Amino acid sequence: MIKYIVKRLLLLIPVLIGVTFFVFTILSLAPYDPVTVILGDGATEEAMENMREELGLNDPLLVRYVNYIWDLLHGDFGKSYKTRLPVADQILSRFPNTILLASCSMVIAIVLGIPLGILSAKKQYSLLDNVATVGGLISVSMPNFWLGLLLVILFALKLRWLPSQGMGEDPVSLIKSLILPSITLGTGIMASVMRMTRSSVLETMRQDYISTARSKGIAESRVTVRHMLKNALIPIITISALQFGHLLGGSMLTETVFSWPGVGRYMLDAIKTKDTPAIMGSVILMSVSFSIMNLLADILYAFVDPRIKSQYQTKKKNKQKKSPAEDGGKEATA
Amino acid sequence: MNTILDVKDLVIHYETDDGCVYAVNGLDLDLQEGETLGLVGETGAGKTTLARGIMGLVPDPPGRIRGGEIIYRGTDLLQCSNAEMRKVRGRKIAMIFQDPMTSLNPVTNVGLQIAEAIQSHEKLSRKAAMQKACQMLEQVGIPAERAGEYPHQFSGGMKQRVVIAIALACNPDILIADEPTTALDVTIQAQVLDMLRELRETYHMSMLLITHDLGVVAQTCDRVAVIYGGEIVESADVYTLFDQHLHPYTQGLLDSIPKLNEDVERLKPIEGMMPDPTQLPEGCRFCSRCAYADERCRTEHPNMLDLGNGHKVRCFRYETQEVEPHE
Repeated sequence: MIKYIVKRLLLLIPVLIGVTFFVFTILSLAPYDPVTVILGDGATEEAMENMREELGLNDPLLVRYVNYIWDLLHGDFGKSYKTRLPVADQILSRFPNTILLASCSMVIAIVLGIPLGILSAKKQYSLLDNVATVGGLISVSMPNFWLGLLLVILFALKLRWLPSQGMGEDPVSLIKSLILPSITLGTGIMASVMRMTRSSVLETMRQDYISTARSKGIAESRVTVRHMLKNALIPIITISALQFGHLLGGSMLTETVFSWPGVGRYMLDAIKTKDTPAIMGSVILMSVSFSIMNLLADILYAFVDPRIKSQYQTKKKNKQKKSPAEDGGKEATA
Repeated sequence: MNTILDVKDLVIHYETDDGCVYAVNGLDLDLQEGETLGLVGETGAGKTTLARGIMGLVPDPPGRIRGGEIIYRGTDLLQCSNAEMRKVRGRKIAMIFQDPMTSLNPVTNVGLQIAEAIQSHEKLSRKAAMQKACQMLEQVGIPAERAGEYPHQFSGGMKQRVVIAIALACNPDILIADEPTTALDVTIQAQVLDMLRELRETYHMSMLLITHDLGVVAQTCDRVAVIYGGEIVESADVYTLFDQHLHPYTQGLLDSIPKLNEDVERLKPIEGMMPDPTQLPEGCRFCSRCAYADERCRTEHPNMLDLGNGHKVRCFRYETQEVEPHE
């Protein structure tokens, strides 16, 4: 298992090289001069040339890219063109805010999405199922920022219950300021989690082992949770982890609408000011968090499905025989 | 002997978009205490639907129980609430499903799958239930140490043993075995059947053995009922049925088995196909394949004739024809 994780982490290296090279090239080919961004329009030709030389912008693309990677390997993400502050510090100081927002959104999505999905599946084609299907479709298709704006109009401007902007300092105002952006981000994800749960549960519902479980005379709730849901979890884990990975990279539009001081907004600002090092830093964070979430999903599979676990385990390591009563007890409490 | 389970005039239909499937049509069946009753019929005859009907596990939708009674020790199971039915399932009537490969939950260890059946009917701690589950495993010939393992670590025959252990965990009165050996190879079949027979005696259960294998019936059952088109066409004790099979369908079934003492070049199948269960023939269900069928068979539905000695047959031929009682 550990060997597998290490292998997967090593695979991150080519992924990152690919992503950084791609983005770096696109940014270098973009028709703008970073120096004008830094010095403003009124700068002299000489000052601009000096600045180019200082930033190494006159070197060929490959040399610049290798230099960038070399610095990265030394933990240097470069300095923002605009603020002249180290990119790494700026991103890291914003990252906890993004994690907080992403986690709240995921909690909303999962806590509502999975039970609704199960209910829809168990009462397939009922009124509830149809309402959930239509609602889900609307939530998935609705652009996040637009839902965000609607929520702001209703709850912040009309009802004045919640703040429309920023992140609260003390716990109460922090929670208040979290509600609207979390709902904004969580709604779409909730809908996809719900649909995924529904189709996955519908599939496991028809399996023979569900009949076996029912024939034992155990309670329907136990049949649903232990036998249906547990077998239906893999696609639900996949979609949740991917969505969480997306969110951790920062959600540009929602963070901007709510002026949330996270990495998404930082990235959008960087793009607006053509701040190459800041954009690169954000992209790297985005791809790392996405890949790590992917890996986490794969690890979670092993905990849900013993068949997958046995694939991860190396052949040499023979399974130890555990005392069955003890193992069963553990399993039951899990 | 007492009748422990009495199915009367049971009707189960599946209502699908492509029409109504008449799976079980006015089926009568009784199971005596302590006996093994074989239910024989080909695929699509309604065997599994009957079994699920008794367990209260007909998938609804599309399945509908349209009428009849299933009387277990004086109570009609069809009138029971879900909660009452749950107390019957596993504890009073247990079922073994056809395919052991798919009838175990792949993500739960086998010990727990047995233990949860025990825990749902007996007030036992998790640990005590697990211990009892281990005993059950030993009883079906699986070492108790393997209770922590998952279904994919077992072979087909072993899985079927686990399924049997689950079914017997709460010491049920009636065991319904739905083709318990069909998915297994022949040597394992024999082992599983022997084990079922032994366990049936140890636990004093009655067993309804559903199969399409007449060899299995001859080896295991006390009485046989032949099902065709969702109704019983002939029932008798096992010796009578094999010696004096009266219904043309039963005759066809037995004739289709090659005899060891004859040199046979071609098998003798029953000509034709099972009638489409969405459009059953009006008269006798078997008339389209029957060599003796006449006009009456095509228009009028035959009733069950009691020939005495527990031998019943659903065919007009024996209304007039005298049948020698079987000795």
